[in-house]
Amino acid sequence: MFWPIFLRVITSGDLWQASLQFAALLLLPALGGVISERSGVVNIAMEGMMLIGCYVSVAVTLASHNVLVGVLAAIMAGGLLALVHGVVSIHFKADQIISGIAINVAALGLTNYLNIVQTGGQGIPSLASSLRLPILSWGPLGQLPFIGQVLFQQNIVFYLTLIILLGMQFLLFRTNLGLRIRAVGEHPQAADTAGIPVRLLRYACVVSSGLLSGLAGAFLALGVAGTFNPNMTAGRGFIALAAVVFGKYTPLGAAGACLIFGLGLALSVRLQDTGIDSNLLATLPYILTIVALIGLVGRTVAPAADGVPYEPGSAE
Amino acid sequence: MQEQEKASLAQVEETGSALSPYAVEMREICKAWPGVVANDHVNLRVRRGEIHALVGENGAGKTTLMNILYGLVRPDSGEIYVNGERVHISGPRDAIRLHIGMVHQHFMLIPPLTVAENIVLGQEPGGSLAIYDRRQARELVLQLSARYGLPIDPDARIEKLSVGLQQRVEILKALYRAADILILDEPTGVLTPQETYELFDVLRTLARQGKTIIFITHKLREVLELTDRVTVLRRGRNVGELVTRETNQAEIARLMVGREVLLRVEKGPARPGPVVLRVENLHARSDRGLEALQGVSFEVRAGEILGIAGVEGNGQSELVEVLSGMRRATAGRITITHVSGEQRGKTYDITQMNAREERLVGVAHIPEDRRGSGLVLSDTIENNTILGRERWPRFARARFILRLREIAQWARRLVREFDVRTPSTRLPVRALSGGNQQKVIIAREFASDPQLLIAAQPTRGVDIGAIEFIHRRLIEQRDAGKAVLLVSAELDEIRSLSDRIAVMYEGRIVDIVTPEASEEELGLLMTGGRPAPSGPPRAEQAPAPDESMS
Repeated sequence: MFWPIFLRVITSGDLWQASLQFAALLLLPALGGVISERSGVVNIAMEGMMLIGCYVSVAVTLASHNVLVGVLAAIMAGGLLALVHGVVSIHFKADQIISGIAINVAALGLTNYLNIVQTGGQGIPSLASSLRLPILSWGPLGQLPFIGQVLFQQNIVFYLTLIILLGMQFLLFRTNLGLRIRAVGEHPQAADTAGIPVRLLRYACVVSSGLLSGLAGAFLALGVAGTFNPNMTAGRGFIALAAVVFGKYTPLGAAGACLIFGLGLALSVRLQDTGIDSNLLATLPYILTIVALIGLVGRTVAPAADGVPYEPGSAE
Repeated sequence: MQEQEKASLAQVEETGSALSPYAVEMREICKAWPGVVANDHVNLRVRRGEIHALVGENGAGKTTLMNILYGLVRPDSGEIYVNGERVHISGPRDAIRLHIGMVHQHFMLIPPLTVAENIVLGQEPGGSLAIYDRRQARELVLQLSARYGLPIDPDARIEKLSVGLQQRVEILKALYRAADILILDEPTGVLTPQETYELFDVLRTLARQGKTIIFITHKLREVLELTDRVTVLRRGRNVGELVTRETNQAEIARLMVGREVLLRVEKGPARPGPVVLRVENLHARSDRGLEALQGVSFEVRAGEILGIAGVEGNGQSELVEVLSGMRRATAGRITITHVSGEQRGKTYDITQMNAREERLVGVAHIPEDRRGSGLVLSDTIENNTILGRERWPRFARARFILRLREIAQWARRLVREFDVRTPSTRLPVRALSGGNQQKVIIAREFASDPQLLIAAQPTRGVDIGAIEFIHRRLIEQRDAGKAVLLVSAELDEIRSLSDRIAVMYEGRIVDIVTPEASEEELGLLMTGGRPAPSGPPRAEQAPAPDESMS
């Protein structure tokens, strides 16, 4: 009973289309994580920033009747939350893990609260298709068998994510700015003595991680779900965090990791016909995450100054 | 780059040189940290083109003063003049703009990046938004390296370079930023003698080319050998400005410490007894899993000091850790034979023992990382004096309940005997100066009446006054018939204290020589070179007077 269904599932375009979509959804916050950690600030709050992005995108889209405005608002909201994390960890040099946890918990509570206040506990109804992020049409390419469905019937944000992925890989490893960001994350004292504005770069990178997570939230709410549900991110921000480490703190590596996790997520949805309990299946991507972290990667080396606040000239 | 430099020289000629012979003038600089005054109205005048020594003990405020000049620390008050002009330096960027460069004591290099990337960092060709131009960066580094005669491979990763080469990269980095005033903070601490000579040559050449050099050090020999003038600081204040030619080591030392200092270690000849520590074919891995010890064998006898010399990172740290029970040996054998006390004649195999078990069989250990593994910094002096011996019947009932009064008395006695300067034994160790912290460890370890004393970097970061004290105590231990193993990165210390010197290189002992071996010979051994046939005098195993004892 299991194997025939399994075979049918893994050869279907549906599964791979969904895998790529889930992967892109994970990759956006993962890219945020990569750039933040490369600059030396640990960010475990992508989950919360994404969730805020979900809520704000839906609320603003409903209010303005304009998807673009909703998406921009979600990006700004993610960035703003990241700025909070930046102030706490860069300016006040507080513990970055604690700050991240606080933001995650606060974002969950805040979105639940606003959701209840706004809808009187009814929940937000499904959005009209004009208020959703559209599938990008590639004309005849979309009609190709299998490939067409997998690659050319994706949401517009999917393609945007690919551009951001390549852009960030290039930025970090081929530009002067990228060299400076990596320097700041490895050895902020050295960067400072070389005349690089350490804090400014760290702020920029942390805020970028929020912008990307906010965009991911809008993608999830306006592109995939078409509504807002409480805690709809369901741990994706944390899987993204695992993808950052699994991908050895590089954008392309994180993309590879997200593909694997995306496949896991898609499988857990599609394999429900096999009679395996759906709750059990839902744990698949997370188990995959743990296995990946302990087994496949070997040792990944975080940027040397990751999570260490910068204290200029304090040591004699 | 060259144009930039020319422009700066032109600027100097227009504004500075006519008015002021000083490249740098710092006037009445004050800086207080919470609880410490690092600089108390300090003045510093450095002439253009000279090599100027800034000397003082640890905590005298040398580094703070230079960090102020480089913009890493903001002074509370005071004025800075560069080439006669009043300047405000609020960050390294300002300092770079004023053509000030600094080579820090702990290198400011990024290990996973290449030499070229490290050198151009922050001032890459093309500016911040451009694509990183590897070829041009390479080219610039090669030009610079040719111009100043400092050969380097621009594509090498920093983490693969020797410390001496890393320092060269640091100097190139400053020169790339068109530095005319070069600050070097204790640059020779990590170098071999040969590397030190090379560095001095480089610095003399740079000075001839018109660069001004400020050289921070506490090694008086280097001051006399290299510099033109000297500024001495003590406890954050100026205590002297001298012309090097007209002074000597004793005068500078007296100014630094505030009293006469005995610079030479006085000791009589060793009277080695039977073998106490025997190490045979010892192997061990480093934290990174590399073969740190590759078959080390040696012996230390009662009543002698065996010094281990070597460039840091050649297995000395791992050797000490294995001997003191903090690291497992992968092969080999270590034994301790008691030559005095109740268990006289008894031999223990300590190869597999942990640190606590080793203490029970008479091993005392002064660890190289004083703050990390020698002391519990936030705990009181009292408790630190019994650390590792807290279960001894003397200090605990039933090995469990501490005898507090006894411990307090013990601590007071040690503090008195070992001249630890503190108002109370109840203070946290953290509140003590580095030298006094070290004395707490030394008191604790010596007081356990060990058979073998392992002293790793016993005077690192300690004042001249405390160094004198520690050295004297080590000799006393030797003369009391203890076996002493001394590991130090300071070649002078090794040479003046040791009765025999074992040189380590890449996890092996390449030779054991007498302290009469010259610095050049030792340096050659330390870098893996073979001595000439006429080479250093070999230390023959001194015939033990009564081998029958062991």
